[in-house]
Amino acid sequence: MATEILMPALSPTMTEGTLAKWMVKEGDSIVAGDIIAEIETDKATMELEAVDDGCIGKIIVAAGTEGVDVNVPIAILLEEGEDATAIAVSAASQRLTAENNSAKTTKVERVAVVERPATPKPVFDADEPELGPTTEITVREALRDAMAEEMRKDEAVFLMGEEVAEYQGAYKVSQGLLEEFSGKRVIDTPITEQGFAGLGVGAAFGNLKPIIEFMTFNFAMQAIDQIINSAAKTLYMSGGQMGCSIVFRGPNGAGSRVGAQHSQCYGAWYAHIPGHKVVAPWSGADAKGLMKAAIRDPNPVIVLENELMYGSKFDVPTSDEYVLPIGKAKIEREGTDVTITAFTIMVGKALEAAEQLGELGISAEVINLRSLRPLDTETIIKSVQKTNCCVSCEEGFPFSGIGAEISAQIMENAFDWLDAPVARVTGVDVPMPYAANLEKLALPQVEHIVEAAKAACYRDYATRKRK
Amino acid sequence: MAASKSATVKRSASKLKIKKTSKGSVAKGPSIDQQIQFYKQMLLIRRFEERAGQLYGMGLIGGFCHLYIGQEAVVVGLQGNVIDVDTLITSYRDHGHMLASDMDPKGVMAELTGRVDGYSRGKGGSMHMFSREKGFFGGHGIVGASVPIGTGLAFSHKYSEDGGVNFCYFGDGATNQGQVYESFNMAALWKLPVIYVIENNKYGMGTSIERASASTDLHRRGEAYGIPGKVIDGMDVAAVYTAGQEAVEYARGGKGPIILEMKTYRYRGHSMSDPAKYRSKEELAKMRGERDPIDRLRLKLLECKALDEEAFKDIDKGIKARVTEAAEFAQASPEPDPIELFTDVLRDVA
Repeated sequence: MATEILMPALSPTMTEGTLAKWMVKEGDSIVAGDIIAEIETDKATMELEAVDDGCIGKIIVAAGTEGVDVNVPIAILLEEGEDATAIAVSAASQRLTAENNSAKTTKVERVAVVERPATPKPVFDADEPELGPTTEITVREALRDAMAEEMRKDEAVFLMGEEVAEYQGAYKVSQGLLEEFSGKRVIDTPITEQGFAGLGVGAAFGNLKPIIEFMTFNFAMQAIDQIINSAAKTLYMSGGQMGCSIVFRGPNGAGSRVGAQHSQCYGAWYAHIPGHKVVAPWSGADAKGLMKAAIRDPNPVIVLENELMYGSKFDVPTSDEYVLPIGKAKIEREGTDVTITAFTIMVGKALEAAEQLGELGISAEVINLRSLRPLDTETIIKSVQKTNCCVSCEEGFPFSGIGAEISAQIMENAFDWLDAPVARVTGVDVPMPYAANLEKLALPQVEHIVEAAKAACYRDYATRKRK
Repeated sequence: MAASKSATVKRSASKLKIKKTSKGSVAKGPSIDQQIQFYKQMLLIRRFEERAGQLYGMGLIGGFCHLYIGQEAVVVGLQGNVIDVDTLITSYRDHGHMLASDMDPKGVMAELTGRVDGYSRGKGGSMHMFSREKGFFGGHGIVGASVPIGTGLAFSHKYSEDGGVNFCYFGDGATNQGQVYESFNMAALWKLPVIYVIENNKYGMGTSIERASASTDLHRRGEAYGIPGKVIDGMDVAAVYTAGQEAVEYARGGKGPIILEMKTYRYRGHSMSDPAKYRSKEELAKMRGERDPIDRLRLKLLECKALDEEAFKDIDKGIKARVTEAAEFAQASPEPDPIELFTDVLRDVA
């Protein structure tokens, strides 16, 4: 049967091209793989290979023709022994092609009005679990206990990172784990972030549950391709086959006098990405409950700890079933005049600010976000509907930060309730300086939150601007 | 695992060389029956890829599409050595690896056309396909990134003591990525059961290996870590199979990673839009004419009278039918439902 040779698409963006040159003429016999023509695409001049054996019955589009649409017949290929009468068949199909082309135009118009399906709203029915009996321990110990409990429970859980085993953790978070779980499950790595992050992803694909510690999240930038392209995206790209249950954890945020490369909050960076979860514990209970939830979660979870908080003491539940729902914020202090949102170390500063505001007669509600992705927009919106104003706090840079997202969410969902613009208290938009005085100026302090809250409540116009 | 008991190998240079096929080694080379199977598998990949190229030309396959034509012997020969628990991972020139892993050509082609019956439900495309069931772990689009992941799969084999080995394929282009060496180091340090297969087709996209690599002996790239390496004629499926037998014996035996450099060649451009002007027509014609893995095996099987012309015709016919069926299936399968836009982003918490 005669077959049509169609104008091929030879690049991802090609819709038409020039038929530069025919390398065969009518009557020539060809075999699959022979170069039959040269075609200029939007990128290069390509050789067109024959895909079938046969004889060129007719050349439809002459050499030198520009603007030949993709999929238009350019020649007729006859089977060996077939005569030219078979060519008549193709006249009909040419018409068909013309119809197809006009159909293409209509299709484009139709596509333009197709509605996107609505973004599904996350549902959290989990309640805040009871604390139960507690004991006073540090955040460092709470994180360690969470890992130890989950490792006892599940053989597939292991901890890997620089200095996690024999050194007992660069920040002593993994103290005692090597002794309890042996070198098989508590593994010192070479200094090779991209390598061990990728290895962790592979181990997770192999049904293990790795906890990958970065000595600090600053070093995870070396591994961010593995965290995002390999861990977060593969479930989607595999149509749901390739679950990746992995925890990437370590200290995040401003350090103390360590300069710009070791002092930065990555909350907004990771929260930007679909396909994983991002949590940022503040209290010891947060640390334990969120770490356990992260390890049990079937998805990649980024746990942003805070170096300066490791030694802080809190009452922490002793139960080994204290697991916090990821995606749920906690109202740490109820109030009626202004909503203050914060995560990790900034929660403490926000609570301090709320105390001071109380002395001024301003009742502040402090929301500990706990999770940055998913973000508990519902809790924030409900609070703003009560207080009619909001101050967002974070250590990170202001541009495209968590505060920018919260501000947009409030505008989209609670615009009519707002009595004042949403205020952002953030780190200053500069790389972190080393000098003690400059470093302090670069970081958001309690007084900045107080001033911003007063301004939001129209208590002091003069301090509306940050000094 | 009994095999892991023999894991005490001294790291002296002489011990690092793999023994030649001789008494004492299990490597025997493929039987005639196995070679007939190899022929069928290679031909399936070739015909499948030709058809994929054709569907791309018709606009039915979009984006980037990297064809494996010319390199078939590498994955087919090595896959002859796998057992059920083994895992395979590769980069983006991955269609051949999927077919050699016994994945269904219909599902692979339907993924290429972006349809719901594709292995990734149309959401991955040519470079991102997976089959847990068949031990195929992708299909990865970032050059070099699959190497630590494959090393991690090997880690999970060792951790769970399942006796499995990871076959970690990457191209000559990837051998200049830092994370490849980070992986070599950890794999050697922890004696992970991984076979690093460097498919050296001489060009990283359009840059020849001589213009990209200070040292072109890629099998020696593991020397600094004590990883043995071997060069193999990747256009000879029997040689590939035999090298694979030796490598599997080594890696499964608890001795750690090993590198196989497969000298191979791709006939088509890097991707569909590459006119391949950086190499001569003579070079391509010579490889195709003299080294083609399918033609060579065909000749061999004819010479030893394992198959006659009639039998080859039947094989051709059967494979053509399978590929046609796959192409038709891939066009008939519907596009994913719009709601699929939002599925598979996260798994539900149990």
